[in-house]
Amino acid sequence: MKHIIIGTGVAGIAAIESIRSLHNQSDDITVLGDDPHGYYSRPGLAYYLTGEVLDKTLFPKKRADFINLNFKYKKARVTKIIRAEKKLELDDKTLLSYDKLLIATGASALPLTAHGANLEGVVKLDHLEDARRILKLAKRGKTAVVVGGGITALELTEGLRSRGVNVHYLLRGDRYWSNVLDEQESQIVQTRLQEEGVTLHFHSELIEVLGKSGKVIGVRLQDGRTLKCNILAYAIGIKPRMNLARDAELKLERGILVNEFMQTNDPNIYAAGDVAQVYDPITGRSILDSLWGVAREQGRVAGLNMAGQITPYIKSMPFNVTRLAGLTTTIIGTVGYGEDKDVLGIARGDSETWRQLPNAIVAQSGFDVNRLRILVGEKTFIGAVVMGDQTLSIPLQKIIANKIDISPIRDNLLSHNTKIADIIADFWSKQKMVEGNYATR
Amino acid sequence: MSLLKIFKRSAIRRTVLFAGHVVPDSSRCVQCGICSDNCPIEIDVRAYAWRGESINKNECLTCGECVARCPRGVLRFEKTDLFTTGEK
Repeated sequence: MKHIIIGTGVAGIAAIESIRSLHNQSDDITVLGDDPHGYYSRPGLAYYLTGEVLDKTLFPKKRADFINLNFKYKKARVTKIIRAEKKLELDDKTLLSYDKLLIATGASALPLTAHGANLEGVVKLDHLEDARRILKLAKRGKTAVVVGGGITALELTEGLRSRGVNVHYLLRGDRYWSNVLDEQESQIVQTRLQEEGVTLHFHSELIEVLGKSGKVIGVRLQDGRTLKCNILAYAIGIKPRMNLARDAELKLERGILVNEFMQTNDPNIYAAGDVAQVYDPITGRSILDSLWGVAREQGRVAGLNMAGQITPYIKSMPFNVTRLAGLTTTIIGTVGYGEDKDVLGIARGDSETWRQLPNAIVAQSGFDVNRLRILVGEKTFIGAVVMGDQTLSIPLQKIIANKIDISPIRDNLLSHNTKIADIIADFWSKQKMVEGNYATR
Repeated sequence: MSLLKIFKRSAIRRTVLFAGHVVPDSSRCVQCGICSDNCPIEIDVRAYAWRGESINKNECLTCGECVARCPRGVLRFEKTDLFTTGEK
């Protein structure tokens, strides 16, 4: 059996591991990728920008790990999938044949369309080369303008700020990440950014990047203002890299459509990770996710199915941990609503489920840096945002994922001026005792 | 009085460290490597987190460096039963 995996991200690596976990040692695995650095921690780029890790640290696998996995790697760009012959054409015109193919090409930043977007000093954060370029510019640059929303825009802002660059962050609306965070949460993040020395500009839209001798010298805003800067960093959303699939006439919507076995409409072709729009048999919807953990699990399931072990992908509760303005934040389940003016596509570290809010009541407590928001449904919690102190984030993750009946504490939680953190901690310790009893029986 | 408090806090901390080991929640981990980088005795904590295994190496000092530095709350101390069995 010949497996080919296109893409060296976490979905691809997880697929190799799961194929090999089945002891199909005779199966042939070839990995093709166009990222010159192969597999590394993409989310870790944020911490590379802030200086918390060196770039060489971002590579989780050692040479020996790769040797154990026993696959062929070729740095190449695939130019065509010839489905009728089960062959791939590479940029050097080589043809490779496959039995099972996995497309795990990920997503890339939506391009900036404003005039001047091709000037030197306009940057995004897709891969390691981008991050290196940003750091190089930050050495000489004095001032940067950041546009966009969600997690990536903040990573750019904080990365640049921590390198001593003056940062202006432009927001189209009146607050940060308005479709996931509530007003107070946005306020907390904004205040902390300002304390870090970031200048925030609300209701501000970039119209044009101004340049001189091919380099950025400033930006012009819709209201006529201009800001001087040498760096313009943008994160306005991402789009799945579907060109190959489109040319091969695979079924697409916003991503490559796959069933719960990660299989496209061609039974020999699978897709996983940011590029895949995955059918969820429970809700009957096809969902696009752009989370690292999800990509890993999808890759793992795709690998098993490719190797002949039929395994459905079970979509877990969407959940992401991130740092917003230095504050560890866990977002679990459905917490947001509406559309974010700063994000055109889906924001990185984002999941669509976060915006599909059913009837739920919001209970909240906390202040400034420790804040907890829980969305309370009829009998279960639907979602939660935990900012700062993370003691409750794992219990909440479990309560939400396992749809634990919270009716005993529901009224208490929703009554006025209640300490929800204490109630939940208490509920969880009793819950754990119940679980423990089951375990010892 | 505050001195006593400090001693007490330090004693609690030491007890926790002594009786615990580091456990990862791999669904939170993005393999950035900050944990491995900061381990004073160079345990590849990240590899444990990838496999979802607790750090069961004898050499682990349970110094807490990795737990404190992880930007995503992947790592936590959990009590081992080694010294606590029999307690109810």
